[in-house]
Amino acid sequence: MSQKITKQSKLSLESIRSQFPVLERQVHGKDLVYFDNAATTQKPKSVIDALVGYYSGYNANIHRGIHSLAEEATLAYENTRHSLAQFLNASSSDEIILTKGTTESINLVAKTYGEQTVQEGDEILISCLEHHSNIVPWQMLCEKTGAKLKVIDINDQGELDLDSFEKQLSTKTKIVSVTFASNALGTVNPIKDLASKVHAVGAVIVVDGAQSTSHFNLDMQDLDIDFYAFSGHKMYGPTGVGGLYGKRALLEAMPPFMGGGEMIKEVTFEKTTYADLPHKYEAGTPNIADVIALDAAILFIQKIGYENIQLHEEELLNHATTQLMNIDGLTMYGTAKEKVAVASFGIESIHHQDLAILLDTYGIAVRTGHHCTQPLMNRLGILGTTRASFAVYNTIEEIDTFIAGLNKAVTMLR
Amino acid sequence: MSTIKEIQDEIIEEFELFDDWSDKYAYIIELGKKLEPLDDKYKTESNIIKGCQSRVWLQPDFKDGLLYFYTDSDAIIVKGLIYLLVRVYSGQALADIASEPPYFIEKIGMQQHLSPTRANGLASMMKQMKLYAIALQAQNK
Repeated sequence: MSQKITKQSKLSLESIRSQFPVLERQVHGKDLVYFDNAATTQKPKSVIDALVGYYSGYNANIHRGIHSLAEEATLAYENTRHSLAQFLNASSSDEIILTKGTTESINLVAKTYGEQTVQEGDEILISCLEHHSNIVPWQMLCEKTGAKLKVIDINDQGELDLDSFEKQLSTKTKIVSVTFASNALGTVNPIKDLASKVHAVGAVIVVDGAQSTSHFNLDMQDLDIDFYAFSGHKMYGPTGVGGLYGKRALLEAMPPFMGGGEMIKEVTFEKTTYADLPHKYEAGTPNIADVIALDAAILFIQKIGYENIQLHEEELLNHATTQLMNIDGLTMYGTAKEKVAVASFGIESIHHQDLAILLDTYGIAVRTGHHCTQPLMNRLGILGTTRASFAVYNTIEEIDTFIAGLNKAVTMLR
Repeated sequence: MSTIKEIQDEIIEEFELFDDWSDKYAYIIELGKKLEPLDDKYKTESNIIKGCQSRVWLQPDFKDGLLYFYTDSDAIIVKGLIYLLVRVYSGQALADIASEPPYFIEKIGMQQHLSPTRANGLASMMKQMKLYAIALQAQNK
């Protein structure tokens, strides 16, 4: 497997895979075929080493100490913030808030910007594709403020119905929150276009970036979006860390989220003043080790390059889709023109749980069920799908193994 | 009628014939196909045990001091496992259903399906069967 990842790349698939210790694993005596990357990606050795390196070499609390270990830890922590600012093309690293992940980031916006801005009679617009983490915080906000939640519909391909979007967007809309890429269907949404239309009515756009940051380049200046939420563990980084990009002017005007140490300037019992950005939104001791390790994940992606990642993943998706469509009684869910490497499907008269159990016995990891998108499943009229989601270290051979396993399982179950 | 323990030991012995996962699951799928489908009228909201991945329905029937179970699922491997649970527990005395654990599940290597994750309704169904037995015991005191 010394083939190059793509014709342009100097990197071989073998050299990429060799960076991931877990890919050596066997499951039920078979080589692991890991196709659950939309749930979480595996971690390269550089990320694992960064974690171990921190705890073995310079573990200390940050932003507070004068001693050397504290300096080193603080520099490394803030270095990740700078890396992220560059990676996302933010206008300043003050616009990068480090959080636990996408869910926390969205909740942060709903609780601060949301509660400050949204009033009774206002409207919040989300889409039918959304993950529960981009639905529930807005429902909670609507309950609290008396605002109304509206939903952009989809077409049969699983793309946003732009008519439905235009019809429901109005001067009553205060927040539009949509996913950049659907975890269940793979659909990539036209975020740049949506953003300009949202701004035209005086609203802000929040983007759920959980499924996008590992697959394609994000440029906050070019996209002109107001808030972007993302998770480290879905971009080859550790769990428990992620971030929120927000335009400086918005973040400065918003009230704080959690209160406590680090997010303050001065505390007295009579009055407390809050820290400037970004620390205003980083109360308490953060997940230092995992923030530091996240930088290694960013470097990993940058070394391969998004163009190569996209080309390789497109090849995987096309191969998988073609093979899947050959299976009798199979329906592909999510056939948008623009997709990330997610293949979701159902097979007539076969329950997805049965497929998952049997595939597991062949060492194949896929995800089945509603993928935390129950409203989307309802809209599609199904209980769940089987989802194979690919990452940069997956191969065509793995897809062939998966298809063979799938056919075997289908024969057993019919 | 054999005791709960006797039936469980029978099942364990049957599964000892199988060498690998493929054969075990092939047998469980066969059992799942054998399970009498539950009449739609019993697939009610009060009988459904929802899991994240599959649904299980459980209809109890208390007759002449013995508790019978009628069940169904929309996933076939779960159906096979509930076929076995029904074989063990249906038609037994309340005290036995309430107290005897399903140790055969682990012995046949299927304990991951009974784990209390949201993934399937099996663990919840097992719990519910026990609860019916306990409730009926209390009623009949």
